[in-house]
Amino acid sequence: MSRPQLTALQIMVAVVGIALWYALTTYPVFRKILLPPFFFSNPVDVADQIVVWFATGVIWKHLWVTLAESTLAFVLGSFGGVLVGFWFARQPRTAAVFDPYVKMANALPRVVLAPIFTLWLGLGIWSKVALGVTLVFFIVFFNVYQGVKEVSPTVLANARMLGMSERQLMRHVYWPSALSWMFSSLHTSVGFAVVGAVVGEYLGSAAGLGYLIQQAEGVFDVAGVFAGMFVLAAFVIVIDFVVTLIEKRLLVWRPRVGDARP
Amino acid sequence: MADSAIAKPTPASAVALSDVSIAFRLAGGGTYTAVERTELTVADGEFVAIVGPTGCGKSTLLNIAAGLIAPSSGRVDIFGSTLGALNRQAGYLFQADALFPWKTALENVAIGLETAGTPSGDARARAQSWLTRVGLGSFGDRYPHMLSGGQRKRVGLAQVLIRDPKILLMDEPFGPLDAQTRQIMGNLLLDLWSADRKAVLFVTHDLEEAIALSDRVVIMSAGPAAHIIGDWKVPLARPRDIGEIKLDHAFHELHRDIWHTLKAEVTKGYVQTEGG
Repeated sequence: MSRPQLTALQIMVAVVGIALWYALTTYPVFRKILLPPFFFSNPVDVADQIVVWFATGVIWKHLWVTLAESTLAFVLGSFGGVLVGFWFARQPRTAAVFDPYVKMANALPRVVLAPIFTLWLGLGIWSKVALGVTLVFFIVFFNVYQGVKEVSPTVLANARMLGMSERQLMRHVYWPSALSWMFSSLHTSVGFAVVGAVVGEYLGSAAGLGYLIQQAEGVFDVAGVFAGMFVLAAFVIVIDFVVTLIEKRLLVWRPRVGDARP
Repeated sequence: MADSAIAKPTPASAVALSDVSIAFRLAGGGTYTAVERTELTVADGEFVAIVGPTGCGKSTLLNIAAGLIAPSSGRVDIFGSTLGALNRQAGYLFQADALFPWKTALENVAIGLETAGTPSGDARARAQSWLTRVGLGSFGDRYPHMLSGGQRKRVGLAQVLIRDPKILLMDEPFGPLDAQTRQIMGNLLLDLWSADRKAVLFVTHDLEEAIALSDRVVIMSAGPAAHIIGDWKVPLARPRDIGEIKLDHAFHELHRDIWHTLKAEVTKGYVQTEGG
């Protein structure tokens, strides 16, 4: 399938979906409106709401807050994950001691931590950052840990025979290997950073997309809820696009499917 | 056994394994003796090939000479001094892919110099000239996955040789390659080696390759408790062309001679292990 063809089909899915949504919320089928606008709003109202948000500039503040929270959560969570991942992978005894606690913390649904973070860190951005960090940290940690442990023994032996010191091994072998594992989970961890931020906002805050959605829901403004969801979706797609660009730049050495030579 | 008065280790030997045994602890308890009481010397500038059936511990011997694993008993001397840690005088060409996948061909070759403290610019210039010597002058910016198996081996060869090791250890380096590429790589290796004769310990399961390349062919018995069962000098003139030398009469004589012993010994060993 050619690129323009694919794009055309992708757009068609959206057009059909929105058209169906509009039709079912506006025109009665057998004298009954299948999707009552009170619960499902309709595309025109939602579009109106989005236009108003952008025209008045209200949305920028909320977008900025959510972006700041997600970015901070991602950076801090990744940093911690890389650090602890490296440490545990190089110190198997430490890893063994902490193993049950790591498993326990990872199994805990992070949403229950939100009230505690709000108590500790207040209603500002840091309680949301903390929630995002707990999500991002474990993904990055597990990947880096795996990446350092699963360096090919042949490559490692080769590095040693080429005269690498422990520090050079870290820089030329363990670090790139861990990085490639971390980047393979980059989409997931960035996604979780956004989840942490939005869920945190939803549970108690004064700004952000989660706050916007929660406010609209509080007054049964379904159009507002949908509008918030669409803005959030667009926001995530833009971030995902940026991540893909970074990934392509940094993992240029990795074979892509259909690209490998025998 | 052939007339192989195995030389006692002398200070002149590049590699001297004396009475080396290696045993691994098995998961279910007990030990597995891979190599037993082996004596092997490689003189400086000598090209020695070790041939033996798969799993006979050839690679283990090589790893011992490299200092990657320590022998359970016995001693390893490198140019007269006992080896206690990694063998800093040796370069090792591995059987499996050992290039750094996240480095380009040029970076892969340059890294061995950079670790030794050579400035990056200098290291890269020398790496480029080495890539040219192995016939990959215009492939410096390719990553390993963009190269064919033979090209990766060429990069590997340059990566090892750029450090100018006194001893070259090779573990079935051309094993995964097709017959034509093997022959080309063999000739390339002989070319590079003849420039400054290093001591080479070359492990292979291919007797023809061993005779065509080396000065001496050492035959190992099948494991467990593998040991050396024969040691032949190769009386073929150099420089050699691997394709042509296989048509030589002396080559055939030697091949038949070695194969006769190798086959008999391996069969004997097989019967012994089966019977015991």
